[in-house]
Amino acid sequence: MLGYAGRILHVDLTTGKVETATLKEELAKKYIGGIGLGMRLYLDNSKPGVDPFDPENPLVLTTGPLSGTMVPTGGNGHAFVSKSPQSFGVGEAKSHGHFGTALKRAGYDGVVFKGKAEKPVYLWIDDDAVQLMDAKHLWGKSTGETEDAIRAELKDHYIRVATIGVAGEKLVRIACIMNDKTRAAGRCGLGAVMGSKNLKAIAVRGSKDIAVPDKDKLLEIIKRQHERMKGPATRKYRTLGTPENVLVMNSIAAMPTRNFTQATFEHAEKISGEYLNQRFVAKIIGCNSCAMRCEHIAVVPEGPYKGTTTRIEYEPLWAMGPNCGVGNLDAILKGMELSNFYGVDAISIGDIVGFAMDLYEHGILSKEDVGLELKFGNGEAMVEMVKRISLREGVGDVLAEGVKIAAEKIGKGAYRYANHIKGVEMTGYDIRGLKTAALGYAVSFRGADHNRHGAYGPDVKGKVDRFKAEKGRGKIVYETEDLYTIIDSLIVCKFSRGTYYDGFKDLAGIFSAVTGIEMTPEELRLAGERINNLGRLINIREGLTRKDDTLPYKVMHVPIPDEGVAKGSFVSQKELDLLLDDYYEVRGWTKDGVPTIEKLNELGMKDLVHIVKGKLAPSPSPPKKPSKKED
Amino acid sequence: MASVPAARPAKWKLVDCDPDKCTGCTICEYICSLTKEDVFNAHKSRIRTTRLHPLVNISITCRLCSPAPCVTACPRDSLTQSEETGVIMIDDDKCDGCSWCIEACDYGAITLHPEKKVVRICDLCDGDPECVKWCPEEALDFITRDLMAQKARITVTKKLFKEAMEAAGIKV
Repeated sequence: MLGYAGRILHVDLTTGKVETATLKEELAKKYIGGIGLGMRLYLDNSKPGVDPFDPENPLVLTTGPLSGTMVPTGGNGHAFVSKSPQSFGVGEAKSHGHFGTALKRAGYDGVVFKGKAEKPVYLWIDDDAVQLMDAKHLWGKSTGETEDAIRAELKDHYIRVATIGVAGEKLVRIACIMNDKTRAAGRCGLGAVMGSKNLKAIAVRGSKDIAVPDKDKLLEIIKRQHERMKGPATRKYRTLGTPENVLVMNSIAAMPTRNFTQATFEHAEKISGEYLNQRFVAKIIGCNSCAMRCEHIAVVPEGPYKGTTTRIEYEPLWAMGPNCGVGNLDAILKGMELSNFYGVDAISIGDIVGFAMDLYEHGILSKEDVGLELKFGNGEAMVEMVKRISLREGVGDVLAEGVKIAAEKIGKGAYRYANHIKGVEMTGYDIRGLKTAALGYAVSFRGADHNRHGAYGPDVKGKVDRFKAEKGRGKIVYETEDLYTIIDSLIVCKFSRGTYYDGFKDLAGIFSAVTGIEMTPEELRLAGERINNLGRLINIREGLTRKDDTLPYKVMHVPIPDEGVAKGSFVSQKELDLLLDDYYEVRGWTKDGVPTIEKLNELGMKDLVHIVKGKLAPSPSPPKKPSKKED
Repeated sequence: MASVPAARPAKWKLVDCDPDKCTGCTICEYICSLTKEDVFNAHKSRIRTTRLHPLVNISITCRLCSPAPCVTACPRDSLTQSEETGVIMIDDDKCDGCSWCIEACDYGAITLHPEKKVVRICDLCDGDPECVKWCPEEALDFITRDLMAQKARITVTKKLFKEAMEAAGIKV
């Protein structure tokens, strides 16, 4: 079993005890790595029903089998998994950069954190030597400052650090875990889980060899991937970057604007990828092992935010831009830089500010409540709110709970403006007019997300009628989910997805060339399906049901008002039900969205059947076999 | 005394990194350690990448100095410089890993092999460096100093041309 390190590190933060366990090949092959292995380790090391901030709630960190190798984009990934303080179901987030590479080189496929340290600590992994270090002097520092301080005190520039900022310390429910200064395991609030454990950072130095079974064969594959990465499949990422989406989404009226009030933005040109690159982008850099590079580093050249330097992508640009009605890139870039500085998910924070602006415009939050002219389009106020939410200052304290919980606390019908799914804030696609995507968003096990399925693809490209809910969409979502889940488990970069011309066949070939473990394309697809069912099982164990596979209030009640193709579009409960029924059926789940015992047996998950027992009651249409025998 | 060429021959070619193009991906480290050691391990690479800031990335390997301070520093005469290529050659039998050469190198281009405890320096892969071939950004070049100067002249001329055109209101 090459590629894998074969070891899982267990860290008990309460007692300070550290031990390693062996990763068995069978488990590796079934759950691959990344979010797959991470969710399995989470399930095996947690009790149902714990509060996300309870010391009993473990935080799992994993690498993938490709981490630490030269496989382009595969060499660098890592993932965090825990119970999300936003969804109270499974939370997972990946990140790239250099941190995952170092962790694999140090000899670990994963780290399971349990308990809570008495005082702030950071974990220092120096190959086999693992120790908890005092982090009192780091508490209160930004993510970048923490990384620099740790490198300085451990006296090695090549040490890689994953850290929380002040937001994670203050249990802001959208806190992220940053690494390499510009990269984030952003979604689901896992930085707050880390903060609840008094764990400020994880520092890694890895110096071990990573061997491969057949050097020439692997290099042949890598050469092929390098060539493909220079081709059309990655053009967008290499040129304008994801901000290219601004004008594309705007032109088809699918760019949520002013907290989903409209679906087009009149200032789109001023925040376009074209203008961003012309005026702000100073350099495009790459993650470890990447042969395409996409990371657009933007610098604000003049004005009040002069000198602001940050990575920028479409999603945070959308969240702090159109979603807040802000048509000023200077302010958007400042908001983005501050998100990294404080360590908050730069998508969710924009949603929350947009939500607060919507409440302000509708008189639910008053000027006395917020102390700011919190109107849509006020870029300065947006930047100030990013700070207040991250630090829980003033009205920022309640907003730091995320739009769902904040809406409950604020009352006065605020829930109608809270754009979230399962408590996790929306991303930059107006799914009122993208109905395949709407299904993908509704069933995503980590809440609102475009990256769990990519089901916006067929909608945007016109392969289906995007305004129609019909049978068949379930299959589209199911197929892309299984592929995306493997991408997140191997871990390769989503931006490289187009370079696997033969899908699972290419990915299985890469897996085998690195690990020496035989894997057919069908086995890998099955692993993807297995991992999707695993995510579902964790959510079922934590009490989530079909009712949670739903969409934001506005998406279901407020039609798109903009003149043009999308006018009048929204997703009704009837349409959603039709889509869910279709999807559950394709998945082999009951009408309530529970995986059947037959399905779990088929996926080799009979050890997890206990989770669904007692929840299969209202028998669905397909006849159930009485036998629960071993397969 | 080790042989030290009196002047740096113009024909010597070295691996040079253009920091404007380098993205910090470390593919050069991967291919170097795989080529030389059959494993992936940055600590065993003869070329190392450094990122000081997202905007500041560079890869560095042997600069073929002449006279070479590392050769002069070695107390055991383990290092010699090829007159033909400028490559610093290491006599593993003589080298005891004392690392005086590492101290002497201004570029940090020499590493101590973590297991063998002898130093390792770029050998230009017998005149066909793998890192240059694999660099996806063509940030690395295998080039004589004369051609480096030529490249620099072209770059600066382009820049001046662009500035002049922009001053005249012509977008280039």
